[in-house]
Amino acid sequence: MTDARAAIMGRLRGAIAARRSGGPAAARPDSYIRPRRAQGGRAELVARFHEMALFAGASITTIDNDVAAPAAVARYLSREGLGDRLILSPSARILRMPWSDTPRLSVCQSHFRPGDRVAVTEAVAGVAETGTLLVRSGADSPNALHLLPEAHIAVLDSATMVGSYEDALQILGQDKPLPRVATFITGPSRTADIEKTPQIGVHGPRQLHIILIHGEAT
Amino acid sequence: MQPDPSAFSANARLALDNTKLQQALGKLQGDFRRDRASMLCRLPEFEALRDQARVIKDHALDHLDGYLEQFEERVASRGGAVHWCEDAAAARETILRLCRESGGSRILKGKSMLSEEIELNDFLSENGLDPVETDLGEYILQLRRERPSHVVMPAIHLNAQQVGDAFRAGHTDLNPSRDLDHPNDLLAEARAKLRQKFLNSDVGITGANFLVAETGSIVLVTNEGNGDLLHTLSDTHIVLAGIEKIVPTLSDAVALVRVLARSATTQEITSYTSVISGPRQASDPDGPSVFHVVLVDNGRSGLLGSAFSDVLRCIRCGACQSLCPVYGAVGGHAYGAVYSGPIGSILTPALVGLKAAKPLPEASSFCGQCQDVCPVHIPLPALLRRWREIIFDDPALSDTVRAGIKIWAYAARRPRLYRFFQRLAVALLAALGRKSGFIRNLPLAGDWAGARDLPAPQGGTFMSQWRNHKPHEPQS
Repeated sequence: MTDARAAIMGRLRGAIAARRSGGPAAARPDSYIRPRRAQGGRAELVARFHEMALFAGASITTIDNDVAAPAAVARYLSREGLGDRLILSPSARILRMPWSDTPRLSVCQSHFRPGDRVAVTEAVAGVAETGTLLVRSGADSPNALHLLPEAHIAVLDSATMVGSYEDALQILGQDKPLPRVATFITGPSRTADIEKTPQIGVHGPRQLHIILIHGEAT
Repeated sequence: MQPDPSAFSANARLALDNTKLQQALGKLQGDFRRDRASMLCRLPEFEALRDQARVIKDHALDHLDGYLEQFEERVASRGGAVHWCEDAAAARETILRLCRESGGSRILKGKSMLSEEIELNDFLSENGLDPVETDLGEYILQLRRERPSHVVMPAIHLNAQQVGDAFRAGHTDLNPSRDLDHPNDLLAEARAKLRQKFLNSDVGITGANFLVAETGSIVLVTNEGNGDLLHTLSDTHIVLAGIEKIVPTLSDAVALVRVLARSATTQEITSYTSVISGPRQASDPDGPSVFHVVLVDNGRSGLLGSAFSDVLRCIRCGACQSLCPVYGAVGGHAYGAVYSGPIGSILTPALVGLKAAKPLPEASSFCGQCQDVCPVHIPLPALLRRWREIIFDDPALSDTVRAGIKIWAYAARRPRLYRFFQRLAVALLAALGRKSGFIRNLPLAGDWAGARDLPAPQGGTFMSQWRNHKPHEPQS
């Protein structure tokens, strides 16, 4: 193994010297381009996120505060015929929501089991430029919960709305080190592998619903 | 079709007569043109982002050794391991060993062009392991025992009926008279079949779109979510990546993400773009306990110091295939190689040798559209031309061809002589087509004229007409 490493490194160093051939090595960009649509005030970014998330095939409900979340989730489930069972991600914020106010819902905090169809998780940030969510793995957010269900419901606080992917990674960087995995999610799982026909829900969720909380956390 | 690039001419003939294939290719190229134009209108900065992408990749390639060392160290600090492989055989052996060390037998795979390059699946099967492809297109191809015909749309050459036939033949446990007429039925069946496999996966093998030196992360891009299910549900995650995939920082990676999906499928971004940094941590409720990165050279370090080093910027988006008129006429399989289209015609001679791949650099009209859409500005026509120059110098080239090219080159550098031959040719062609106004038989170009009617020249050459024409006086 180390022999292979040394051989590859040796060839690379020779090749790089030949590539530069007297000239300077290629420099990094002085500054990185941020598309204009990734910039703007919070209200502008929230509006753009909304537009782009719908464009990517997600749906959105906007509510005023955390207390309104369970009722919004219940309405979404009945509207979409998704039954009345859901799995909650063990995030403190989601667990604090008044789920007992919607007794029709059978709410569990557990691993995803066969037959489960819906999970609610918390997003780290919203990215306006493409209507994208940033989620991360961790004790309070099992990665499987945004992959296995038929419908993934993501709770997003508008205070975490940012313009660009870079801004979202900044928010992530605040709880260093990096999580095992951080994922930018844009719309539901999709494919066009059969005759280029766009189809939704290959291996991941068929539906991505975003509960956008406007205002302060309670 | 033969999986052999030297059979390009014969393969192309078969492809041109294949109506199903022609329909699929027509749809691919028509849709791509239209959707790419819409994408460009939505993002005015796209051209600037392409320029930036080239700079990022060039910088990374000029410092490949240092960034790879940094990457290796960071992966180790996150609890993962990096394995260096000089060639395809070493990469196959390494992955087999890692699969065996895992103790598991259920191996699942995400889409990886490099795994095709090193012929991983056949090798694992020969050694008693049966990896299952999870990308829908690759899964279909695995059932049909075929190679992908496009970098990002691997099963683009098939129609729904062919996929249905493959599912009936492969899923023998299901009711043979079930309905599979609609793509939705096919999708539902594949989802159900593969979901069971995901839930029981021991080893997940994926590619990587980018390797991030600063953080030791890999960036993995999918639309289906299969890659994320693989690393989340498997005990062992093996990442297979070429050494040229490295970028310095996460900022560089997301800058490239902005051009990748837009170039590949004209989407704004794929559904899932994951930054994966090592195995599960103590607090993680899921994720693999073992994380390996298998770094493969397989000729890349040789390309880096060569006249072809620009191809190492390639981020495998397939835009050059989706627009190429030659690819659009014959499809990917006619190239008889892992990589097809313009990028394949440059990579294949480097990977398998010019002797076998000689027809591929010739399979270009030099229209230049590939270069116009390449997200990292690879000068594809210039590199194809460079292969043709090498072919010209090759002693194996037939003497008649070389003599012909030499005569042409001699005349082309002597305008008077060239014009003399032109006048002669015009007079000859005019005589040949005097009766009908068209030429149906052309000496030395019978094949070409067999499928076309060449209009006979009217009047003299362009140059002689130009001389007789009173040019506009420029207004002062």
